[in-house]
Amino acid sequence: MKTVRIGNGQGFWGDSVDAPVELLRGGEIDYLGMDYLAEVTLSIMMRQKLKNPETGYATDFIGFIRRVLPELVERNVRVICNAGGLNPQGARAKVFEVARELGVGGFKVGVVEGDDILPRLPELIESGHELANMETGEPLAPIVDRVTSANAYLGAQGVVDALDQGALIVLCGRITDTALALAPMAHEFGWRFDDWDRLSAGTIAGHIIECGAQCTGGNFSRWWEVPDLWNVGYPIVEAAEDGTFVVTKHEGTGGMVTVDTVSEQLLYEMGNPQEYIGPDCVADFTSIDLKQVGPDRVQVSGITGHPRTPFLKVSASYLEGFKATGQLTVSGPRAIDKAKLAAETIWKRLERSGVHFEEAQKTVELVGVDACLPGISPAPAEPPEVVLRLGVHDADRNKLVRFGKEIAPLVTSGPPGVTGFAGGRPKPQEVVAYWPALLAREEVENSVRVSVEEA
Amino acid sequence: MRVPLYQVAHARSGDKGDGSNVGLIANSPEIYPLLLEQVTAERVKEHFSQVCKGKVERFEVPNLLALNFILHDSLGGGGTESLKTDAQGKTHGQGLLSLEIEVPEDVPKET
Repeated sequence: MKTVRIGNGQGFWGDSVDAPVELLRGGEIDYLGMDYLAEVTLSIMMRQKLKNPETGYATDFIGFIRRVLPELVERNVRVICNAGGLNPQGARAKVFEVARELGVGGFKVGVVEGDDILPRLPELIESGHELANMETGEPLAPIVDRVTSANAYLGAQGVVDALDQGALIVLCGRITDTALALAPMAHEFGWRFDDWDRLSAGTIAGHIIECGAQCTGGNFSRWWEVPDLWNVGYPIVEAAEDGTFVVTKHEGTGGMVTVDTVSEQLLYEMGNPQEYIGPDCVADFTSIDLKQVGPDRVQVSGITGHPRTPFLKVSASYLEGFKATGQLTVSGPRAIDKAKLAAETIWKRLERSGVHFEEAQKTVELVGVDACLPGISPAPAEPPEVVLRLGVHDADRNKLVRFGKEIAPLVTSGPPGVTGFAGGRPKPQEVVAYWPALLAREEVENSVRVSVEEA
Repeated sequence: MRVPLYQVAHARSGDKGDGSNVGLIANSPEIYPLLLEQVTAERVKEHFSQVCKGKVERFEVPNLLALNFILHDSLGGGGTESLKTDAQGKTHGQGLLSLEIEVPEDVPKET
């Protein structure tokens, strides 16, 4: 039976730059999927693109291409990624530029566009689409002037079209992460886009590998069982036409693939397990059968699913003021009491200078005591040291600049044993907030464009 | 006997908007009914009372010997807005594993 080997070499924006290279060189794969977009990455790319219209894509990807392009072409390993961001055409031009520099030609690059709906927001709202926030129910219209990016999550169809046209590399913007695995399966096996069980199988395969090493031993609860985590192998699915697949990794790599490591990843960012809603189908995670069929080999079968919904998810981002965080390390006897006094001192000095923050706008954490899990893990009564971490959020940037000036003085004008003030005054950062919404799918799908060009 | 969940189960967590999700998985089939019975949404809410400001929802995933919990309003705004160290609930799975449940003496346990 024909199987197709699909790897994932990049779990998120900022993941290991060596992982996709190791995955490519460590053994046989047919496809390499790479995810470069976090929820607000597109907003950052928007600002880059406003400054320079040739940017707006994930530049890490170009670095990757520079390292491996001749091998990709020679071995015909096809790459599918969302590194195109807001400018997949620009990313393609850059890939072609790199190819010329390397003297590599005779391959095709596909681009999938149509996810960027920012320019269409006024028209969409005008014609009755509320784009209400999925968490709060509020309509988008009142904040539409502050929106810095708005992209629909596209499904696998556009990528399949590009693969059908012979693309070696497919550059997308905001396609759903799971489509990076589903698309090559649908292309290789000719799956129909109303075959809900197979589409769900491909979607679940994508979900398992979309976070890279999180299914091969990374972030695993029983971490002490995981061998050679430093050299963790990124995941590969070996997919078959009937929708069953095996999750594995290259021989000789660290980490492990077991029913337990795969189960943990299946539950990651899970809502209702019977209704995992994606652009192509609604997958049922309670239908999954997992079986260990060899060392570092887990077979996944039995997957069923339901028809897709009439909507696509839209991920928009908007500006929501500024934030700043600063920290000090407090050591020696009664460290907790001293850290609390230091925090109180900072807030009172800010008040004296006329800078007031509401309770909801500020955070005080004692890292080492109760920053992450307050009330859950018992806090030590007398820790030898704690890190005091202070954060503020406000619409007025100047207040945050003032806050940044009140941290360092504690070293000499606070309680004793205060140190660890390094890296300069905390600087205000723009807060780019996230706005998830739904939009009728035909509004987007009718304007998806796929183009394939040869180098 | 009473044991912390990390001796009989494993977990993973991540963000769901301004809430987190925690997947809890039994180490073996004989443990799963004990999780079903004792790790209720109410107990999880109580365990995370200083973290989770909203309600806790529980879903059953018997084929994976798992429960999935949604801890609403537990990230201080979530994503990029939150000022918390753990703005994405990455540690909530580890936090749940310190909850204690009652198990028979002969159940296999991690030590």
